[in-house]
Amino acid sequence: MAEFFPPASEQEFHANFAQLKPRMNTTEALYESSRCLFCFDAPCIKACPTGIDIPQFIRQINTGNVTGAALTIYEANYFGNACGKVCPTEVLCEGACVYNLQDVKPIEIGRLQSFATRQVIESHKHLFEPGQPNGRKVAIIGAGPAGISCACELRALGYEVDVFEAKSQPSGLTVHGVAPYKITNEEVLAEMDYLQTQFGYRVQYNSPITSRPDLLALEEAYDAVFLGIGLGKTNALLLPGEECENCVGAVEFIEQLRREHHQILVGRKVIVLGGGNTAMDAASESARLGAEDVILAYRRGKDDMGAYDFEYDLAKSVGVKGLFNVSPLEIIGNGRVAGVRFIRTTTVDGQVQAVPGSEFVEDCDMVIKATGQAKQTTFLSLIPGLQLDSKGRIMADTHTYQTTNPQYFASGDALNGGAEVVNAAAEAKVAARSIHAYLSAR
Amino acid sequence: MPDLSINFAGIKSPNPFWLASAPPTNSGYQVMKAFDAGWGGAVWKTLGVPVVNVSSRYGGVNYRDKRLIGFNNIELISDRPLADNLREIEEVKKHFPHHAVIASLMVQSREEWHQIVRDVTNAGADGIELNFGCPHGMCERGMGSAVGQEPDVLRTIVEWVMEVAQIPVIVKLTPNISDITEPARAARLGGADAISLINTIQSIVGVDLDLFAPYPIVDGKGTNGGYCGPAVKPIALNMVKNCAQDPYVQLPISGIGGIENWRDAVEHILLGASSVQVCTAAMHFGFGIIREMTAGLEQYMAEKGFHTIYDMVGKALPNVKHWEELNLKYKVTANIHEDKCIGCQLCYTACEDGAHQAIALREGTRVPEIIEENCVGCNLCSLVCPVENCITMERTDDGTEQLTWKERTLADTIPTTFNDERAGGLHHWVPEPTAALGKEKHKTLPGKARQITNVAPAPHDTVRQP
Ligand SMILES: Cc1cc2nc3c(=O)[nH]c(=O)nc-3n(C[C@H](O)[C@H](O)[C@H](O)COP(=O)(O)OP(=O)(O)OC[C@H]3O[C@@H](n4cnc5c(N)ncnc54)[C@H](O)[C@@H]3O)c2cc1C
Ligand SMILES: Cc1cc2nc3c(=O)[nH]c(=O)nc-3n(C[C@H](O)[C@H](O)[C@H](O)COP(=O)(O)O)c2cc1C
Ligand code: SF4
Ligand code: SF4
Ligand code: SF4
Repeated sequence: MAEFFPPASEQEFHANFAQLKPRMNTTEALYESSRCLFCFDAPCIKACPTGIDIPQFIRQINTGNVTGAALTIYEANYFGNACGKVCPTEVLCEGACVYNLQDVKPIEIGRLQSFATRQVIESHKHLFEPGQPNGRKVAIIGAGPAGISCACELRALGYEVDVFEAKSQPSGLTVHGVAPYKITNEEVLAEMDYLQTQFGYRVQYNSPITSRPDLLALEEAYDAVFLGIGLGKTNALLLPGEECENCVGAVEFIEQLRREHHQILVGRKVIVLGGGNTAMDAASESARLGAEDVILAYRRGKDDMGAYDFEYDLAKSVGVKGLFNVSPLEIIGNGRVAGVRFIRTTTVDGQVQAVPGSEFVEDCDMVIKATGQAKQTTFLSLIPGLQLDSKGRIMADTHTYQTTNPQYFASGDALNGGAEVVNAAAEAKVAARSIHAYLSAR
Repeated sequence: MPDLSINFAGIKSPNPFWLASAPPTNSGYQVMKAFDAGWGGAVWKTLGVPVVNVSSRYGGVNYRDKRLIGFNNIELISDRPLADNLREIEEVKKHFPHHAVIASLMVQSREEWHQIVRDVTNAGADGIELNFGCPHGMCERGMGSAVGQEPDVLRTIVEWVMEVAQIPVIVKLTPNISDITEPARAARLGGADAISLINTIQSIVGVDLDLFAPYPIVDGKGTNGGYCGPAVKPIALNMVKNCAQDPYVQLPISGIGGIENWRDAVEHILLGASSVQVCTAAMHFGFGIIREMTAGLEQYMAEKGFHTIYDMVGKALPNVKHWEELNLKYKVTANIHEDKCIGCQLCYTACEDGAHQAIALREGTRVPEIIEENCVGCNLCSLVCPVENCITMERTDDGTEQLTWKERTLADTIPTTFNDERAGGLHHWVPEPTAALGKEKHKTLPGKARQITNVAPAPHDTVRQP
């Protein structure tokens, strides 16, 4: 395989992780925006979770009103630039574009979106300001897409907002989880700066809220608390040998990758366990880090994978190989991974069953577990009256995102169980308005 | 193989494609290059009195990503010495004896006209074109469109020219006039051999929003210029048709205006032109476009069985009528071909807001539906539909009846009440004004407008799989 040499410098890293949706230049944006039909009741709007008025902003780009276009985008989605680059547009806006029905390439909505927003970010165009102070305060836990979106909207409504973030940077998984070929760290953080400068919410970094006293302090000092905490660590497999040094969780691996770039070490032969989008990302990323072989091992068949088809195609395109209908039994190794013992499986009536006697060992020198992120149930149990559903998701009113503890509202992965940046942005905006409605009615 | 050659009022040319008098015919170098590329003739950049040009001379009209659908200039006639031009005309003719070189001229006094006509004839030009068209710069000096807009003056000058002319004389008309046939008739009365049209249309192509000045900008200021390019073709076609149908003109016509490919040329020819001239397209794409033009024309003629250009000159004219001669019994209605429809609903919104509310939306599909009773057959939906042949206009009358306004007038049956049953008339359904309110509340609200009350439930169906 080895389509990629291990990157030895920041420059080589960026070459291996070249942006899938590179920035458009003005000519390209003019050509692409010219193709938009300006559909009536455009299906692309409906397909965007934040409901960006897409034909409107595309028309604004086309008429040279790029600032207006950016405003249209941000009014619906504070993660305008990030979403343009990281949204799975194939299944969202671009997937709904009417051109698909004619087998013509859909409008590159994501790239146009980033074209407009990046321009205002870089020129520091002032689009928003905080509303008249209304004397109320809201605490936000988590500075991810949900938390930051909620903060912006609340500031616009005149609230004083304090965001408490466990890590040292804002944007949550946008900077720690999303694949580096979708968006660079600098780009993510530039948008965060742009928003904070205009809305003026306060963020306290390296400030995890972990205990009942922490929460109590917030409950007492703030009128409402917003939970934008996302999900937790990668689920444990509970297999022998899992504690081996280079058997790592996908989320942890990717977070390290985003932080250390080319300085991260990847095995020569990597086995990624899982069939979801995170597994695809981890596999692609391993390949781009120069792993010679990357095997994607999944319990069921190829078509049963949860990952989007285009994510699997992307992984395949960098040389990742699929190994289907296998279940790991043991991570082999003495301190360091030497292989994985698998058993073949069949699916009977939707149930995965092991095929007796089909065990085999696949050698490797690294295992990445992409077996889902745990929910933050322990932390959430510290909030009185807060109910979770059977899957550990926060239960909330489906219109207002108010939780079963009326002082608490929630959005994003912690609420929906793990979706996209755009869903967190959409929900948090609504949550902010319902906080406003709730507090105003009190 | 069809014969593309023409004999235009005595000027012979291997094909009907001439370069119009403009920058592409500014020099012997360019004209030779053009002939080499395949052009049949060239009308030399207008020769005449000494001029001085400004820097920053052109402005363009772009439509979305398409450049120069309209083009405008504030240039004057040739700024090169007359003697140089005459010498180069001679040289071109030596190399290309069978191509058409026409000298475009613009001077003032009778003596000057006589002199310059003799000069270009001696240089070997095959014909002369009198430029009575330029709408800027020259008219202020009593030339160009100042002449073209005064049929009597025009006629006098043509007469002066005819006093000495030994070669065919074409009069180039300005479109900046309400009835193009007036100067055309004057040209005929003055004795001209042919007419050519149109020259450029007085225009301002745009205004700079920061400098508050019209394009093209000359040191912060601008002036009206002459408009040409694809956008002017419809105006040119109508004027060509008017001259071709006028019983008092009856002169060969060289069609000019917005010609950029073989189709445009054929349209001019079908409406009465027997040679065509091209300026903007050559300025935009260079002389190479001639290959597509001749190839397309040949192909079309072969398919239609036309042997010479003259088999098709004016072929559409019998079908260009006055409105009062159109059949009021003819009826078409729109048909949407569902298999082709991509659901953009442009037809719906166009008909709903811009026509006759004859297209409805349906539950569960984005393919709209024609309400046949309301469809007046205006074509609008079929014009806005982005998919080829997705909306077709189909004839719905049985084709047996024929009744024109003219016939009704003669029969004294013109209506005295509003009873056109197809549109707006007594029996035509029009929605109540208040039905407009909230009519489109089903539309997806953009994110900005979403209120808590109508927010969709958490989109768990888009949940990303771990
Ligand atoms: C590997 C991977 C790849 C992905 N790729 C994409 C993609 O390409 N496109 C896309 O749209 N989405 C992608 N996603 C999903 C997307 O990143 C998330 O849906 C989105 O970030 C959710 O936002 P959030 O604000 O709910 O949570 P998060 O982004 O997880 O943010 C939560 C924040 O809260 C902080 N926090 C948590 N607990 C506490 C606490 N107790 N006290 C203080 N702070 C706390 C965290 O440090 C974090 O900063 C991906 C996810 C993963 C895991
Ligand atoms: C820059 C420019 C200069 C022109 N100069 C002349 C000229 O000197 N004499 C003339 O008769 N017409 C002149 N014209 C008009 C063209 O010959 C022609 O009539 C007109 O452009 C319409 O044709 P088109 O649509 O193919 O460009 C000029 C046009 C342009 C664009
Ligand atoms: S936010 Fe995402 S889904 Fe919405 S329009 Fe932009 S790229 Fe498409
Ligand atoms: S569906 Fe496609 S063509 Fe229609 S408005 Fe949206 S982006 Fe434009
Ligand atoms: S304009 Fe054409 S493609 Fe669009 S909805 Fe109407 S019929 Fe369908």
